[in-house]
This record gives sequence, structure tokens and C-alpha cells, in this order.
Amino acid sequence: MLTLEDLSLSQDGFDLSLTADIARGDRVALLGASGSGKSTLLSLIAGFLSPDRGRILCDGRDMTHAPVAARPMSILFQDSNLFPHLSVFDNVALGLRPDLRLSAQDRVRVDDCLSRVDLHGFGDRRPSALSGGQQARVALARMLLRDRPIALLDEPFAALDPGLKTEMLARMRELCDERGLTLVMACHDLRDAERLCDRLWLLEDGKLVVDAAMSDALDKPPDLLRPWM
Amino acid sequence: MRHTIIAAGLSVFAGAALAQSPVLTVYTYDSFVADWGPGPAIEQAFEAQCACDLQFVGAGDGAALLARIRLEGARTDADIVLGLDTNLTAAAVETGLFAPHGIVAQGLTLPVAWDDETFLPYDWGYFAFVHDVELEDAPANFEALAASDVSIVIQDPRSSTPGLGLLMWVEAAYGDRAAEIWEGLADNIVTVTPGWSEAYGLFLEGEADMVLSYTTSPAYHLIAEEDASKTAAAFSEGHYLQVEVAGMLAGTDQPELARAFLEFMLSPAFQEVIPTTNWMYPAALPADALPDGFETLVQPSQALLLSPEAAAAARNPALETWQRALSR
Amino acid sequence: MAALVCLAVLGPLGAVLWRADGPIRLGASDWSAIRFTLLQAALSALGSVVLAIPVARALARRTFRGRQALVTLMGAPFLLPVIVAVLGLLAIFGRAGWLNGALGWIGAGDVQIYGLQGVVLAHVFLNLPLAVRLLLQDWLSIPSERIRLAHALGFSHADMRRHFEWPLLRATLPGAALLIFLICTTSFAVALILGGGPAATTVELAIYQAFRFDFDLGRAALLGIVQVAICVCAGLMAFGVTRRRDIGAGLDRAPMAWPGDTRGSRWGDTIAITGAALFLLLPLLAVVMQGLPAVSGLPGLVWAAAARSIVLALASAALAVSLAVPMAIFMVRLRRPALVEGVAFLTIAVSPMVIGTGLFVLIFPVADPVALALPVTGLVNALISLPFLLRALVPAVQQAEATQGRLADALGLRGLQRLRHALLPRLSRPLGFGVGLAAAFSMGDLGVIALFSTPGQGTLPLEMYRLMGSYRTDDAQGAAVLLMGLTLALFWAFDRGGRLNADA
Repeated sequence: MLTLEDLSLSQDGFDLSLTADIARGDRVALLGASGSGKSTLLSLIAGFLSPDRGRILCDGRDMTHAPVAARPMSILFQDSNLFPHLSVFDNVALGLRPDLRLSAQDRVRVDDCLSRVDLHGFGDRRPSALSGGQQARVALARMLLRDRPIALLDEPFAALDPGLKTEMLARMRELCDERGLTLVMACHDLRDAERLCDRLWLLEDGKLVVDAAMSDALDKPPDLLRPWM
Repeated sequence: MRHTIIAAGLSVFAGAALAQSPVLTVYTYDSFVADWGPGPAIEQAFEAQCACDLQFVGAGDGAALLARIRLEGARTDADIVLGLDTNLTAAAVETGLFAPHGIVAQGLTLPVAWDDETFLPYDWGYFAFVHDVELEDAPANFEALAASDVSIVIQDPRSSTPGLGLLMWVEAAYGDRAAEIWEGLADNIVTVTPGWSEAYGLFLEGEADMVLSYTTSPAYHLIAEEDASKTAAAFSEGHYLQVEVAGMLAGTDQPELARAFLEFMLSPAFQEVIPTTNWMYPAALPADALPDGFETLVQPSQALLLSPEAAAAARNPALETWQRALSR
Repeated sequence: MAALVCLAVLGPLGAVLWRADGPIRLGASDWSAIRFTLLQAALSALGSVVLAIPVARALARRTFRGRQALVTLMGAPFLLPVIVAVLGLLAIFGRAGWLNGALGWIGAGDVQIYGLQGVVLAHVFLNLPLAVRLLLQDWLSIPSERIRLAHALGFSHADMRRHFEWPLLRATLPGAALLIFLICTTSFAVALILGGGPAATTVELAIYQAFRFDFDLGRAALLGIVQVAICVCAGLMAFGVTRRRDIGAGLDRAPMAWPGDTRGSRWGDTIAITGAALFLLLPLLAVVMQGLPAVSGLPGLVWAAAARSIVLALASAALAVSLAVPMAIFMVRLRRPALVEGVAFLTIAVSPMVIGTGLFVLIFPVADPVALALPVTGLVNALISLPFLLRALVPAVQQAEATQGRLADALGLRGLQRLRHALLPRLSRPLGFGVGLAAAFSMGDLGVIALFSTPGQGTLPLEMYRLMGSYRTDDAQGAAVLLMGLTLALFWAFDRGGRLNADA
């Protein structure tokens, strides 16, 4: 579904270069040390950065220079996913209409998404009144609402404590199963990757050094993967 | 604690030992004491003849000088105050801090007679509007100025002695008609500055055609800069005088020395320094002893001067007239 | 420490009052002075912040070569002595200035700078850099993820204004406007030179006249109290609406373009930045052009004064910091730090002339004021920089305590140790900025020193003023250029130093 063709970027003495394919429904864990290029790669795919060379194709359509909002993707960051001056309801509603002019039907959809993440009735609260886990769920609700086929996650639950993280990963998994989402998640913990993803990429110095199915990788880990186990 | 006492004691002894020659402290305005002002030469000349240590203390300009003395009161270290003008002397006398000088002044070359017992003059000048020689139709009196569209920059009488001088000038020349004159001048005035230096600076930058200054200002440009492009406008009503004076303080610890200084002030040794450092006419030097270039200066037909008492009395009403006329 | 500051500001005021004799009341002209002061300060504050909005927004989202240098340079007018700035403005906007020259060339009419419009123009010139800096810092402190989110959600420009700009302005503008309002209420030289006449009198000028010409200490003190009252009222109004923001944080974070970017908005930003740069830099250029030839020929006295000024500036800055850091730490622990910060604001609200004269009155019976001229000037300058330093330090201390505080507690770090290890490394950036600001203010100060000093002992601005007062305008212009250069160099050295030493 998503093809990265000869994608290259040179930035601050750092060279990213790879070619890869992601099929529909794949859930890719993007593993790598800090500075290996995980965030850069996600930014390229999302459209925050432009590659020096290469193409990004989505179902055959060239998206290399398409604006961020025009790509069929949703993005979840590590934090700062919410606007502090808006209520929870409005934060989610932004996913549908940035100008917050909602029809009655729209409002129902927003409420549904909130309920789906077990935040029913939280609509009027401010993000500052929510816990870390609740804030993550609001962001998730927005992602649900936008309903894009590809989800990009940049270490999204890193700041949560282990119990909460496990819960969020489980919710994410549920969502992917339900909607058949294609996922690319940057993370630095193999166990997190294992819980959610079925495919493993390892980035080192901007190069893709491992590209394997999760089960294969865990049964017979390649040498490069050993430090992560 | 003991160390401090010993140190203090030692310094007293040291101080006494060093203070062989008596110290005469003269408060004056800043431009007097500057390197390029009269101060250094005068200090050298006086110390040569007095066997003393002359110390100048600069305290701003003329008005600041008086304020400083008032602030310090009877406890002031000053022996002599040099740099007030006749518009301020009445207020100075009122403070009760000054003593009569007891000197009979001879050989004064002021355009008016001098009979002040507390203060002696050391230099003087005529206020005048200074302009570029190329100015067409330079006005010849206040009425002509008010009627023309020549632009002028003046100083605020509340914060500057030339500003106050202009106020007194209009008052002395026109009396009851002063309000009328000021109203006519209101549209000629570009701006009113806090002091002489800002106004003169603005004039030199071309912000106005004329600036209130002295008839001796062109002498500076002529002699120091070899620039003959400035001149003063001669007004038919006559020009107001600024006479700068010095006086001794009643509480001085050096009365003999102070009197000696005042006498020195009227002597050629002091007076000859004045023209090319203070750029005013010396108060006790005949005209033929003035440097070359001074003869080119505009000579007013008449010298106007209000007595210190009259000036003090006229000040507040004149100020109100001025404010009213210009605030319209 | 806060009590000390209060005493240092109100004490001299009390001394002046005590020294006064005769009835104490305000005349009609005083009331009109108060009205004019409030009017021009309000207009100036409004003008500065409104104009700052497009400029800060443009700088926050455009990258171009020399951006960082431009941002630093555009801060120059705020640091300069007022008289230099006024001369520069007149060179451009005055009757004989470049603008009228250009207008005359194309046949358009004259521009008249003297009057209320001139006063407001000069104040905006002097304070726009501060307003821009405050806004820009807030822009740059928005996490980049949020802007990326805006991109991803397909925000239009209208959405950006609604969800980013408006909340930001609401938090920052009132505080910035208040600060500029207070600075303008004690304005003196600008109002008098550009005001055009006695109708344009400010409270500060009235105080000056009360001291100098009438020696009416009672009236001067009363006007000083009026100034304090204005500060308190304005402060109460603004603190209700504003949210605390720091001014010492770095401006180094890279700008990010907005979603929905169009050619139109690019042009708009270019115009905003170019316009602001021209407005702020041309007058300075004029000053430099006029004065540069004279710098090499300056009398030795001026260079000695320059050296003295630098030493004084450093001392003043050191004093300011030693006051500000403990105050900031103290304030962070309070529940209502706003009160203490309000006290610090007093120092810019009260006339330096009142403080100076009051100190003179206090000192004279005990010691020779002339000998103390430099220390007293250093003290007063330190007090004046205090509010800016606090604005820079308090949020940084808050943050440092929040991140390192518990660690410091766990290790049992107290007092000096805590300061050294937990706090100071985090504070190096706002400290650098604050120290630079304090040093720059002190370099350019012309207030108190004039009352206390004597020739041969003056600071650079004072020597410049004396040159002006003796027909030596060329030398005065040279001194102005020297002053400008040294002030900027001092500020840049500390500010840059702070940024280099800071953690990422």
C-alpha cells in the first residue's frame, strides 16, 4: 500500500536512505537507537520533511510532495497532542473540522469516539485536568474520528507508566484489528513492538538493516537485533 | 573593629599632613569645567598666584547649580558659586546662603551699570536668534518674526536659562503686549527643547531656520571651525542680556581666599580666557582686547535687562502667558 | 530582599517629601501633565504591541539567512540611551530628515513629527523591540508537535489564528502592554524634544521642573507619588488578565511554516519584517553615519568616560543579578508571587530623578555625594533593571525547581550548593539575557549621574551630553556612536554567552 522508493535525505551530517514496501494491514515497528533516523523517517512519510531523492507512493499515487493534510494518514506524537485552551470535545472535533463548525451528526460522531475510548462525559474538561493516560486516549479518539487508513505513531506512549502503556497498546491493537489499519510505529522497546506489531524494521545510521516478520525476528534473532532483546 | 579605628586615626593624620595648601571649592556649571572650557586655564593661573588648591565642581547647568546649593543648604562645601545669571540671583539671595562680596568693581565693560552687592559679573552675552547667512528675509524684530513663516526652535523656560532669557526678553520689550507676541510666534515654533544643546543641535541638523542662542555663537563657528556661515538676527527692540555672575557663600571657611578669587575673576588673567572658551563677552575686558573675529558679531542697538527683583516678580506671570499662548 | 527594594524606591521619595517645605498641592498644569502622560503612554503601548503582532508572527514562521542577526539587531533601539535614539529618529523623520527629503522629491507634502504623534512614534521605536521579543519568544515556545498537528489536521490560516494566535496573544499582550505603558510614563526627553511645546508635558518633566527651577520639593514628591499610583493601578489591571511569561528564553528554536501557507501570506510576512527592520534600523544607521568619522578624533576624556561606563555597567549588572536571583527564588516559593513582582515594577514606574534627589538628600548629611556618585548610580541602575531580570528569571527558576527540585531535595542540597548545581546551570540563558540587559541600561543611563557627578568623573552618556552643550556637536555624535557600539557589544556578549552555556 505504501511504497518508499529510494528515499534519501541528508541533514546535518546524517544520511537517511532506504527502499521498502508496506502492505495494507501491515503493522510495522520501527526500532532504532536515538539518532538512527526513526523520527526523520516518520516525518518524511508524514510530509513534514521533503526527501532529497526518491518517492513515496500510496496505492500507486505519488505523494512525495503532497501537503501533510492531503495524505491518508493520522499522526500521534509522544506528547503535545492536545490544545490546552480547548476542551476535550473540541480537541477531538478538530479531527473533523478545524473551524469547529459541527453539524448535529458530527457532534454525535465525536461523542461516539469519546465513548469508544471510555471517556464518555469527559467532553467538557480541559486537557490540564486529565491524567497522562486520559490525554493519550483523547488523542486516540481523534485518530478514530479521522479514520485514515494509515497511522503513524512517534513513540506515542513512552511517557506513560508500564500498566497504562500496556493498556494503550491493547486499545491500539483493537483499533487496528477493527478497522484494518496500516501502522508504522517508532519505538525503542522491543516488548512494546511485540505487543502491537507484526513486522519489524531496525534502523541504524539511517539505513534499514533489518526488515523481518515479528515472529521470525523473535524466534531466530539476527545478530543486529540481539542488543535489543 | 579596632582595625577600623586605627585606620580612621591614621587617615586623619595623613589628611592633616597632606592638607598644607588651603582648598577653594568653586561650584560651577559643567561646560565651564570641561577640558575645552575656561576651567583648566583659570585653575592654572589662579593657583600660580594664590598658593592654594582650586577645585572646580561641575553641577549641571545654571539652574541645576542653584538647585544643588539649595539642596546642600548651609552644610555645603562650596566657597564660591560661579555660573548663575541675573534671572536667578534674586532667588539665590533669598536662600540667605550668600554673603556680600565687599569689592568695588572697576573697569567693568558691561553695556549696563552694575550695583549688585552680592554678585559680581564675569561674562555676558546678548540673546539672539542665530541663523544661516543664506536665510532670506531674516526678520528684524519680533513682530516681523511672528508675521513671517520662518521656523524657530526655542528652549523651555522652565528647564533652561536661555529659555527663561527669551521669556524675559519678550517681557522687557513688550510688557503688556507679550501675550500677543507669543500667540503670533506659536506657529513659528517647531519645538521646545529641554536645554540649549538640544535646540542648537536641532538647528544644525536643519530642523529649524533659527535657534535662540547668543550673538557670540557665530564666533565659535568662525574661530574654532573657520566656518563663516552663521550669523545672528539683529532685532530693533534691542536684545536681552545674559550676565553671568559669581558670589561667595556666607558659610565659607576661606573668606579671604574667596574674595581673592573674586578679584582675580575681574583681572585680565581670568578675563582673557573667556572669549574663546566660554564664547561670551568678558565682563571686564575692553573691546579692543577681544580676539579677531569678535568684531564681526552683530551689535544690538539696545541692551535690555530686568533687575533681579523685577525678573523674579515677572517670572511666574510671564510663564503662564507663555504656556497659555502656546498650548492653544 | 523585596522589602529592601521597596525601601530603596520609596525611601528617597519619603526623603524628598520630608525635605519639602511649604504647602503641597498640584496645580492645573500638573493635571494636564498627568493627562498627557497617560494619553501618550497608552497610545505608545497600544501602538507597540499592535505593530509587534505581525512582525513576531512573521519571524516565528519564516527562515532566511541572517535571521538570527536581524532579530538581535532589531533589539538595539530598546537598549540605547534615549537622546541617541531621538537624534536618529529626527535624522529620518524630522523636518530636514530623509523621509521629508524623499517626499519632497516625489512632490508629496511634509511630514510633521513634532507633537503627540512624534512622542508616540519615538516610544514605539524604543519599545517595539521589546514587544516583538516577548511575542516571538512565546511563539517559539509552542511545541513543534502542535504545529505539525495543525499541518496534519489541515488547519487553514483562520484556524491557525483561532487556535494558536488568539490564545497566545491573550496570554502575552496585556503584560507586554503594561510593561511598555509603565516605561512610557516616566518618559522625559522624548516628550520634551518631540512634543513641540508646553502642551506636551509629562509628569516626569513636571518633576524635573519642580526640582530644577522652582525647587518645590513638595510638588515633586507629590508627583512622584502620582507616578507610583499610576503604576499600581495599571499593574492591577494587567495582572488580572495576563499569564506569566518569561523573557529570557532562547529565540533559537527554528521557525516553522504554517499550514495553509499562501503566496499572499509570504508577501505579508516579508513586508512586515522588512518594514520593521527599516523602521528600527534606519535611524540607527543615520546616527552611525553622522558620528563615525568623529570617533577616532574623540578627546581622551571621552575614552576615559567610556572605560568608566563599562566598569559601572558591569558592577551594576552584578548588583542587579545578586538582587534578582534571591528574589526570584523567593518568589517561586510564594503562593502569590505577583505581589513581589509588582514591587519590582515600582522601580521603573518611579522617576529616577526623584530617587536620585531623595538619595542625595539622604546621603549628603553623612557623606560627600560626589564621591559616591558612581556607586549610587550603579545602585539606581541596578534597581531599574530589576523587573526585566525578574521577568526573565522567575519562569526559569520555576522550571528548574520543577525538574531538578526533587533531585536536589533527595540529595540534600541546600542554599549555595542547591543554587550552584540545581538552579544556575538552568538559568544561564535567562541570566545571560538579564545581565546583558542590565549592563546595557546602565551604559546608557543619563539620569541620576547628572545630579551627582562632576566633570572628570563622568560616564560616557554624560560626556556626550556635555559635548553637545559646548557647541561640539561633531564630537557629540562621535561619542553617540561609541556609546551605541559599546552598549550593543556588552549586551551581545552576555546574551550570547548565556545561550552558549545553556543546556540544549
